Amino acid sequence: MFQPVFYCPKLNRFFAATILQQCYVKHSTDNRSDHLTICQRLGIWLKVSYHLSGIRENADPLSIPNLYEDTMNIHEYQAKAILRHFGVPVPDGHVVYNGNSARDWARRLGDGPWAVKAQIHAGGRGKGGGVKIAKTADEVRQYARDMFGMTLVTHQTGPEGKIVKRVLVEEGSNIADEFYISFLVDRATDRVTLMASAEGGVNIEEVAEKTPEKLFFEAVDPCVGLTAFQARKVAFKMGFAMPQVKQMVPILMNLYTAFVESDCSLLEINPLIQTVEGNLLCLDAKLNFDDNALFRHLRIRDLRDYEEEDPMEIEAGQYDLSYIALDGNIGCMVNGAGLAMATMDIIQLYGSSPANFLDVGGSATIERVTEAFKIILSDKKVKGILVNIFGGIMKCDVIAAGIIGAAKQIGIEVPLVVRLEGTNVELGKKMLVESGLNIVSADGMADAAEKIVKAVNG
Amino acid sequence: MSILIDKNTKVITQGITGATGLFHANGARDYGTQMVGGVTPGKGGASVDGFPIFNTVEEAVKETGANASVIYVPPIGSADAIMEAVDAGIELVICITEGVPVIDMVKVKKYMEGKNSRLIGPNCPGVITPGECKIGIMPGYIHKPGPVGVLSRSGTLTYEAVWQLTSRDIGQTTCVGIGGDPVNGTSHLDVLKMFEADPATKAVIMIGEIGGDAEEQAAAYVRDHMTKPVAAFIAGATAPAGKRMGHAGAIISGGKGDAASKKAFLRECGISVADSPAEMAEALLKIWQP
Repeated sequence: MFQPVFYCPKLNRFFAATILQQCYVKHSTDNRSDHLTICQRLGIWLKVSYHLSGIRENADPLSIPNLYEDTMNIHEYQAKAILRHFGVPVPDGHVVYNGNSARDWARRLGDGPWAVKAQIHAGGRGKGGGVKIAKTADEVRQYARDMFGMTLVTHQTGPEGKIVKRVLVEEGSNIADEFYISFLVDRATDRVTLMASAEGGVNIEEVAEKTPEKLFFEAVDPCVGLTAFQARKVAFKMGFAMPQVKQMVPILMNLYTAFVESDCSLLEINPLIQTVEGNLLCLDAKLNFDDNALFRHLRIRDLRDYEEEDPMEIEAGQYDLSYIALDGNIGCMVNGAGLAMATMDIIQLYGSSPANFLDVGGSATIERVTEAFKIILSDKKVKGILVNIFGGIMKCDVIAAGIIGAAKQIGIEVPLVVRLEGTNVELGKKMLVESGLNIVSADGMADAAEKIVKAVNG
Repeated sequence: MSILIDKNTKVITQGITGATGLFHANGARDYGTQMVGGVTPGKGGASVDGFPIFNTVEEAVKETGANASVIYVPPIGSADAIMEAVDAGIELVICITEGVPVIDMVKVKKYMEGKNSRLIGPNCPGVITPGECKIGIMPGYIHKPGPVGVLSRSGTLTYEAVWQLTSRDIGQTTCVGIGGDPVNGTSHLDVLKMFEADPATKAVIMIGEIGGDAEEQAAAYVRDHMTKPVAAFIAGATAPAGKRMGHAGAIISGGKGDAASKKAFLRECGISVADSPAEMAEALLKIWQP
């Protein structure tokens, strides 16, 4: 019932956890549709794609990512397949890759109307034209055709938008009312917590800000899981009548089970709807997964959509480097997330801006350091590089060897300022001096930042 | 005096036969820490680099009298290793391992309720009381005994702060890296309370990061209860904002989590906040003289 039908050859690498780490899975696209059919029939959610939270400039403060929650994102249709597996009611639907199959699937799904939904890793699709309601099967085909290849810009994609490559065709629902449900780990209580609101289909931050009394929380004891009485309490608070409460209790309990058993970091149903007929249904679903737990969820790991990711970040992920491209011109290579952020901060304080965030991690090898340089230098905006290493696990001689190796392999033509401190620092410094490379040595972070900014700005 | 660990602390290493575990067990022993043995299931009875190996923590405690444990077990077994140490009555469990699943930690926290153990980490550099005891992966030589307590989520940024102090000839009582994971054993607030209660600690440097509201909670304690001067740095002022993924988390923890609002709140609470990571020691010296 529940086995991988499709094995990915490049899957055996593992990713450690620092910042918004990326990984990717190479998949063959040749027989994708066959797999989908097989897997649909078997009730298996299938591979083909996924994605991680990208980083955008100038988003609002509320949306600052928690840099320690490494999460993997999947498409809506994949999330719904997972929920279906856990017994949560979702609309019948199917993912398609072209207009004709959209029409064919629409016919199989019933008499319409149908929802045609662009599958990208971002919310707010409706406003950008990524969600349409079709009344005839030909309309489904037309809407789907319009969506394929379209660049969808929403408040979550950033100005460059995302290209639509998959479309979900779904049976339509007669919506009477909309609600909000999510599960996540609350840092304050160290518990998985249910958050629910009778105000669904809207921006939940607004509800939290303007009418916090309309949000209901229930922290879950990990020993017993979400209990029926907790589910009932929330359902009654949300204003449901008894027939809907009876539906709501298993929905919430099954959502909790899905969250824990899939190692989610966020499970969000927005909206959960009550149909005109009185049935409850999850109309949209967003699931993010804890990267650190993917080792025990190979099927979920297979869902990552590398097409939605930054190629450089994918490359970095292959070497267990945490890399995030930014807009500045000073490349950074630092060990440790905190020091990496602080290094970006100090570059800014000295009047320039970082080209990237790059954490080489605690146990970087010579190969990894070399790759880190290649990745930094592949960004043509980079006019200088600052290496800031405070070695604990990381030994300074390893960093030095990596710098020398990279310089010999690819040649570093931009100014390079290196600040080393920690384990084997003298050996590391000596190696750099003896290498004969043009490296500016710095003492301390302020000195390093000052030197690199000066070198770049002249 | 110091907090958490001192020269009498007896430490076992869980995962001692792994390369990382052994390297740092040796490093800690060289520093002078009483490293009394290690645990690797299946290798009990043997020894490695002079460390006796035991199959279980219970056995190791019985034979060595260890009261602290440091964990280098890979993520898949970290939660189990923590619980084993807690079950064996270890008072201080320090988990260095990076990449422990959050759900595992939720269970561990529940398991630890009502038990007498304290957990530091996971995903942390460890704890050091300079000149007495080093447990973890920090380079020992940058530290120096003295009056300042240092606490941080981040490993390397802690070293940075320590180095700034030491190179100004200011020593530290104890330096604690609490780890960067969303669910961890010990918070900023817990450590501040310990520093406040420790007579040898005269001042504190606290290093925070964007996200969550742990720093704000600690700052409120500083404002209301702390008698000792506190300096701070918040990393991530220039970190780019992300997509709206963490919003549910931001709502639930009730904080905005960005660097500017954190710094402002910390200053309101009487903390001397450094804008530059190169000025953490300076920020402390503005409000305190050794």
